[in-house]
Formats: sequence, C-alpha cells, structure tokens
Amino acid sequence: MQISGAQMVIEALIAEEVEVVFGYPGGAIMNVYDEIYKQRSFQHILTRHEQAAVHAAEGYAKATGKVGVAMITSGPGFTNGVTGLADAYMDSIPLVLISGQVPMSLIGTDAFQEIDAVGISRPCTKHNYLVTDAADLPRILKEAFYIARTGRPGPVHVDIPKDVTAQIATFDYSKEVELETYKPTTKGNTRQIKKAIDAIAAAKRPLLYLGGGIINANAAELVREFSRMTQIPAVETFMARGTLRYDDPLLISMLGMHGSYAANMAMSETDLVIGLGARFDDRVTGKLSEFAKNAQIIHVDIDPASISKLVNAHFPIVGDVKNVLEQMIPLAKEQVDPARYESWHNTIANFNKLHPLSYTEEGDRLKPQWVVERIGQLLGDDANISTDVGQHQMWTAQFYPFTRPRQWVSSGGLGTMGFGFPAALGVKRADMDRVSINITGDGSILMNIQELMTAVEYKLPVINVILNNNFLGMVRQWQTLFYDKRHSSTDLSIQPDFVKLAEAFGGVGYRVNTKEEFDAALKDAVEKNVVAIIDVVVNRFENVLPMVPAGGSLFNMMLEYKEK
Amino acid sequence: MMEQTERRVISVIVMNEASVLSRIAGLFSGRGYNIESLTVAPIPESKYSRITIVTAGSVRVVEQITKQLHKLIPVLRVYEHADLVETEMALVKIPMNESLGDIEALTHAYNGRIVNVGSDTMIVMISDEPMRVNHFLEAIKRFHPKEIVRSGSVALER
Ligand SMILES: Cc1ncc(C[n+]2csc(CCOP(=O)(O)OP(=O)(O)O)c2C)c(N)n1
Ligand SMILES: [Mg+2]
Repeated sequence: MQISGAQMVIEALIAEEVEVVFGYPGGAIMNVYDEIYKQRSFQHILTRHEQAAVHAAEGYAKATGKVGVAMITSGPGFTNGVTGLADAYMDSIPLVLISGQVPMSLIGTDAFQEIDAVGISRPCTKHNYLVTDAADLPRILKEAFYIARTGRPGPVHVDIPKDVTAQIATFDYSKEVELETYKPTTKGNTRQIKKAIDAIAAAKRPLLYLGGGIINANAAELVREFSRMTQIPAVETFMARGTLRYDDPLLISMLGMHGSYAANMAMSETDLVIGLGARFDDRVTGKLSEFAKNAQIIHVDIDPASISKLVNAHFPIVGDVKNVLEQMIPLAKEQVDPARYESWHNTIANFNKLHPLSYTEEGDRLKPQWVVERIGQLLGDDANISTDVGQHQMWTAQFYPFTRPRQWVSSGGLGTMGFGFPAALGVKRADMDRVSINITGDGSILMNIQELMTAVEYKLPVINVILNNNFLGMVRQWQTLFYDKRHSSTDLSIQPDFVKLAEAFGGVGYRVNTKEEFDAALKDAVEKNVVAIIDVVVNRFENVLPMVPAGGSLFNMMLEYKEK
Repeated sequence: MMEQTERRVISVIVMNEASVLSRIAGLFSGRGYNIESLTVAPIPESKYSRITIVTAGSVRVVEQITKQLHKLIPVLRVYEHADLVETEMALVKIPMNESLGDIEALTHAYNGRIVNVGSDTMIVMISDEPMRVNHFLEAIKRFHPKEIVRSGSVALER
C-alpha cells in the first residue's frame, strides 16, 4: 500500500488497536491531524495543554495496561510534553509519544519551533526515534509499541519531520518486530528459583516486599495466591497499592518514608525479603546500610539493572514477575509450610497494635485523612483513585481501602504536581463505569486546572477532591520539622474561588466544611455526572505521619509531632 | 563506606546508527559515571560499531554501568572484565632542533616511528599498551614536545 507518512501513522494506530489518542496540534504535526480528521477508528481527545495530554495517556495506560498514545507538535508542544515523558519513564508506564518536527531540510538551522526533541527525550524515554524516511515509519512505529509494552515498560518517543509525514512510501505493518539487540528476559532461571524457594522454606520471618512491577505485569492475582498459600505477610510499596486487598490479613501496609510503623518494623526484623517487582527506592529503604539488615534478599525483577543496584540480592531472579510466580507457586506448594510463621504473625500483630496508622479528630475542622477514608467508605471499589503530589497523596496511599490492582494511579518516581487531574481523565476514559476521583491539593490542582475544559468537552466527569490546607502542605511540613517553621513561599492563603472556577468551565463546584456537607457534595457530584471540584477545607497544620526523615533508618520513625 | 575505585575497560558492540554515540555518552554523563577515554568506529562489513570506553569506578558502579549499557536498545553486547588486549596510539609534535637519532630510538622502543617531518617540527607516532604510552609520554618530555594527542584505548577480547 502506497500512502503518506501521515496516513501511515493512522494505519499503525489502527493496527495497534488504539482507541484513543490524547493530543494537541500545531504546525509540524498538521499533516497527521488532517488524517485524524478523516478517520473514524479512534477518538482524539484535545487536552488543553500538552503536559496534560501525556499524563492523560499515562492514566489511560495505568488503568488498562495498554500502551497510552499522545500526539503533540514540535518545539514548545514537545517541551510541554517532556514532564509527562519523564513521569512515565520513572514509573515504567507504557506510552508512545508522537511529535511533529520541522522538515528535514530545516533541521539544524534553528528553524521556527525547532528543538532537538530526541536529544531532550533521550534520558527520559526507554527509547526514541527521529524518523528520516517515511519508508521506515511502519517498522519504527511497530517497534515503538513493542518496546513500550515489553520488558520493563516505558515511554517511547517518535519524532517525525513534517516532510516525512507528506512523503509517500510503502506501508506494510505485517512484519514481526525483529530487534536483534533487544530481547527482554521473561522467564526466571529455574536453578535460582529453586534456591529461592529453599530459602523461603527455611526462613522464620519471611516478608513479601511487593512493588509496582506486579501491577505492570498483571501479576496481582498470582501474588494473592502465593501469599494465601504460604501465609507469608506482605508490605506494599507506594506503587503497588491494590496488589492485595486492604483488608487482607496478610497485608501489613505500605512501607517507606510514610509507611506504617508495623510495615517498616517488619522490614527491619525480617530474615528474608522476597522482593517482587520493587526497586529499593530511597523513599522505601531509608538509610541503606540499616535496611533489612537481618535479612537475605530474593529479588525478582524484569530489569537486571534494578537488581543489586542499591541493595545486594542474595537470590537475583531476572524475569517477568508473573512468569516467575507461575514457576514458584508449585514449588512453594510442596516445600513451604504455611503453619510455621505463627510467632512471626504475632510479632507483626503487636507492631500493628503498638502504633497503627491513625489520626485524631479534634476541633471542628475536617481532618484530611477522614476525607480519604470517607471516600473509601462511600465509593470503595467503585472508584478509581488518582492523586496529585503532596500530603494529600500520602494520606490517600495510607488510608484509602484499595481493593484491586490498577485502581490506584499516582506519580511515584517523579512526584509530578499536576499529574492527577489529567491522569484521572485518562482513567475515566479507560473505565467509564467507575467513578474517577482525583484527590488533590490546593497547590497541585492549579498546575493543570485548564483540563476542566477537556473534561467538559469530552464528558469525562472526573471528581476533583481538594484537601485544601491553604499550603503547599508537604513542603510546609518539612519546613515545620526541619527548617524551624520558616514557611518560605508555601502559604497559599490567597486562593481562587474553586466553586466559581469549576462553574466557569461548565462543571460543578462545592465548598465543604463539615462531614455532612462532604457526604452531600460527593453524592451530588456522582449523580450530576459532570466534572466537579469539591473544595474541602481541612486542618491546615496536619502532618503526614509516621515519617522516616530523609536518610534515617526505617525502624527510627517519627511517630508524632508535638507543637513546641 | 568507601569502595575501591579501579580503572576498567568496557567494550560495547552497538548497532551502527546515528544516535547511538549520544545514547552512550549521555548515559555516562547523566548517571555521573566517569569517562577517561572513548573510541568508536564501525566494524568492517557488518551493521555494528565497536565502542571502547575506559572508565573508573567501584565494582558495584561498573556492574551498574554494564547493566545500564545493556538496557540501551541498540546495544548488542557488552564486554567488561574480559581478558582484553588493549592498545592506544599517540602522536607527538616535536621541534626539529632536537636530536633525531635519540627520538627515533625512543619511538622504536614503543612500536613507533617518525611519521612526518616539516621545516620546524616533526611528528612521531607510537602505539602500545596505555600504560606504556604513559611511560613514553613521560620519556619524550625531554625533547620538549609542542603538542600531544592520544587516541584513547581500543581493545579486543583474547
Ligand atoms: C511540579 C512540581 N513542583 C514542585 C514540587 C515540590 N512539591 C512537592 S509536594 C508540594 C506541595 C504540594 O501542595 P498541594 O498540592 O497543596 O498538596 P498538599 O501537600 O498541601 O496536600 C510541592 C511544591 C513537585 N513535587 N512537583
Ligand atoms: Mg495544599
């Protein structure tokens, strides 16, 4: 088939069974947009900012497990999208970003809206391409989707000069991807797995350390089976929330900087860490030399570079965690006695009793944690939860009753304020039957507030719940704790009227001060089924606790903070 | 905990394509790895190039470098800690008023020769193990070299 480069993009997206593209047009990508106009196979959602287009594609990818697709123009369009690429890279989200570029003849001349896009995206993508000939486009696009979704998933960027989108060449998408230099290991080494099972069978205090890789690999069901069968307790990383149900008796909680006391103590006391798709991030480990120092470590990960990068693994297993679990389960069934951990379970139960995750209600201001719990009580499994970045994000990770994988979408690695709302749009588009909630802060929500328009236009009724503390709360908390209360540039006392703001775009807004008002607002927003902002006035000075101060040891948590 | 830093040679076979050098150089600068020298040239009659990188780092760091190199899509193979034969070349420009015979004898000892003689200066070339190149450059000092250029190491597994 002889078609233009622009038509090839459309044909490739159709062949990849893409149902939605998030994007924003401009000069260099106009040929492709002209073809989008002519087709009926997929929807194009015009976000109101390129960063939001990429975050929406991330949200869509996280909710579905499919490759998210975003499309933007050259120069400023591209640079606006870079934050999304970096975010997807840090959180291993499968994504293809297609950007326009100035014509080949102008590359290198500082042409209008020219920027070295592949030079910029190189360190924040799994791979990238500058297409110099339309004849290469079918192969490159097919590789891009393949690389994005296989191995450790990640974003792939394809930069296409305008003349290449006009060039006519042969389109053949049937050839299998053949990459001699890219062959991700997916099956675990049998000998290593046997050794790991022996270690598990011999351990007295083993601990499952569950990471986001489990969600990416669609392995949560198998993890549930493995933990049920062996009765080994588990901690989850921030990225892994929803792997086990919140009420699973074997789930201790989240670990790390704002993890629970019990989770962090379990990690400090365990004699065998069973790391599944987790990467020993500094927000999880605290001081490395003190991390799980009584333990041997099994580390299962698809990315060999994650293994022994920070913590030395005694049993390294490179492979897709789903395949590895399939290999492990029959062996564990034979060898691991689920009754042998009783005293370990008791130890953990005591940790839990000593310092459970909790908060105290006082005065008449709502506590932000209450709001999170309340959303859980009212919507629970019926909601998908996105967040922005800050205190509200940590409270959500701590207190929301997650029941399933892919219910939780939050920017972990990069910690991108402004992620939540557009990501929640992508989640909504992926799962129209559930309520899409973005739990956000009064700072973060303003970083992509323009997406109210997208939500109205495309009928994506995301409910934004602002835990409004009139502060850049997380930074304020650090200033309180470590900078002697010098609240430099974190006071957000001056605020817009969020109710009017939502209404100005055609959404609904609520200002909430009491529990009753909150319940009524959430109920009404769900019923109205249009984009909403629920602006909840919460206690200004609430801190996220417990906390491992940066660089501290997991077992040395700050459990409470008393005003001095 | 201070870890022992060692000089390491890493030999990388990559697809011979436009952006591959920037990917590798970027990986080193972006992750704070050090590059002492880097050479690259196509492997004849193939679609590959070979890149030889001399770096310094602890065992852990070098292991990370190796793994991160592997992760780059166009990288086919990474040889590290292999039994490598290593050679480097140097060119040195020396004023003509120095003793030709002495210079010739010295360069000979390091697999070299005089490659160019001009009216005011001559250029000598040697090629040898990098350590011996250091020795040569030390020894040549007394002939008041005006300019020195080293090629960086190339290496091949035995
Ligand atoms: C784009 C971006 N800029 C700055 C930061 C640093 N930062 C982390 S949390 C935070 C405060 C967020 O305030 P808000 O959205 O109101 O949430 P809160 O902590 O008050 O719940 C800031 C500024 C960031 N994570 N992302
Ligand atoms: Mg705030």
